[in-house]
Amino acid sequence: MELRLDKFTKRFGMTTVIEEMDLAVRSGEMMALLGPSGCGKSTTLFAICGIHKLTGGRLHFGDRDVTTVPPQQRSVGVVFQNYALYPHMNAEQNIGFPLKVMRRPKAEIRAEVARLADLVQIGDLLGRRPAQLSGGQQQRVALARAMIRQPDILLLDEPLANLDAKLRLEMRSEIRRIQRETGITAILVTHDQVEAMSMCDRIALMREGRIVQLDTPDRMYRDPRSRFTAAFLGNPPISFLDAQAGEAMSLPGGHSLPRPEGLTATGEIVLGIRPEHFGPQHGTGLQGEIVFVEPQGREELIDIRLDGGADLRSIQPAGASIRPGQRVDWGVAQNSVLAFAPNGDRL
Amino acid sequence: MTGHARIWHLVAILAVFSTPLVIMYVYQVLDSIAEPDPGSLLPGAIDLSHWRFLWERIDAGRPSIWVVTFNTFLFASITAFLVTTLSTTAGYALSRLNMPGRPYFLGGLIILHAFPTITLIIAIFIILQFLGLFDTLLGIILVKAALELPFGVWIMKGFYDTVPWEIEMAGVQDGASRFRVWWELVLPQVKPGLAALLIISFLSGWSEFVLPLVLAPGSGTQVLATFMNAVIQDDATADFGLFKAIGMFYSIPVIVIYLLFQKQLMNIYGGGTKG
Repeated sequence: MELRLDKFTKRFGMTTVIEEMDLAVRSGEMMALLGPSGCGKSTTLFAICGIHKLTGGRLHFGDRDVTTVPPQQRSVGVVFQNYALYPHMNAEQNIGFPLKVMRRPKAEIRAEVARLADLVQIGDLLGRRPAQLSGGQQQRVALARAMIRQPDILLLDEPLANLDAKLRLEMRSEIRRIQRETGITAILVTHDQVEAMSMCDRIALMREGRIVQLDTPDRMYRDPRSRFTAAFLGNPPISFLDAQAGEAMSLPGGHSLPRPEGLTATGEIVLGIRPEHFGPQHGTGLQGEIVFVEPQGREELIDIRLDGGADLRSIQPAGASIRPGQRVDWGVAQNSVLAFAPNGDRL
Repeated sequence: MTGHARIWHLVAILAVFSTPLVIMYVYQVLDSIAEPDPGSLLPGAIDLSHWRFLWERIDAGRPSIWVVTFNTFLFASITAFLVTTLSTTAGYALSRLNMPGRPYFLGGLIILHAFPTITLIIAIFIILQFLGLFDTLLGIILVKAALELPFGVWIMKGFYDTVPWEIEMAGVQDGASRFRVWWELVLPQVKPGLAALLIISFLSGWSEFVLPLVLAPGSGTQVLATFMNAVIQDDATADFGLFKAIGMFYSIPVIVIYLLFQKQLMNIYGGGTKG
């Protein structure tokens, strides 16, 4: 079901957390609310599920205005960061609780629980209590409990934050699979750009209570509208260089790069260069010294200090025998360089 | 073994200071079942007649021990029940509900808990007299429960504080009303606190002496503590064997409860459940 927030405002006492935010999530879409901590993404989530009242604005599920509907009557399933399973109930009772509240017949509840347990693949663990389940299994129980009412909207609050790295990878694709299979409209709240990019159809990047960009992961990565977006997405992160835009882009230390196509600005600008766009495969032009090499197995992450002091990152296939201290003369992929105004806006 | 060797002198000191207590307990038991032998530390012949109060009245003016025991049981259990139910709801409200004046209420609880109750006794006497509850079990039950409440509310609030908010959020999201969330999801998490509070307030009621003595002095509302007091005050026929036997009888339930519920009682220091 489609979800629409119009001019959503949230204040706690005197502090305004979110000011007139608009957000529309399409039916069947998985949307990420991404941002650093304190940006208001969890506040938005709690407003959607009804735990926080909206200070201003409207919230619609499809055609239904649910702004003042209490959380019990909104059709929303929530997976909490710590899963919030009921410790005194076993997995089956946990998953079946929403239906028990709805006074469904026992046989029906049992059948529904079995169906959901099958979907999240915990059919053999139904008799266990949360304390007897691993983190990933608890996550699956929480997911099944959130989905059993067949809610209009599924909300996931940092669902992977409490899992170890390997499980995180597994649950990332699992959650996406379940979301696709059921076709449910989902919102994922996360501060991890990798999660947002890998799991979601679109990302709403938030900062200080506002959405700074809403786009597909691919577009957001390639075509960020601000320096903030460019810096937030990408791992290893993008590096920035101060430059003077004239006939060419002159960098400190006497380097210069040709003007990117279509750039009209002159004077002080900031160039953003992603690690994969800087290296020997892009020719020559920037001289400097390797200061740090971080092996990551398949690849090596390399920090280069250019003559003149600026730092750039590059990512290279492992085994190129690059050592700290080595001098290099590497090039930049011209058309992938991002240019920003000093205030952070994209040029 | 090395650990024992290092602390033996501490054990010795503790043993010396504990000896009087141990001796008292030993003679409490011995004197209740044996005839004291004047001039000797060892008791004389076994004599179960001290326990005669169990099957006959000590004298015509006194109520039967079973009536008194029943009174004590009523007093302690109703008090415990009242304290526990009220603390359970009040503790939740203080822990979770956003009500006006909450910080002052919490501060007030601590002050009330520390307040020496004996200073209130005359005021309470007048109030009970006015309400017609003087010299009734109901009167002292209400007073005792009221005085125990600050402690109970405070303890239960502490237990509720350890229950994660998310459990309640999840419950609300699953469609349950706030009351149902409390009853079905939160209450089970604070059960250890509930059990401990129930036992502690029962024991406190069982051993209460001053309130029944002052506020319910009649023989119809006698509890075991005041009954014992009356027995020993009767200096015409001071019978220490009888007194000690009644004392034993009075403390047996306490010992049994402690033995049975040790684990639950320890919970009050641990608090809460692990999510």
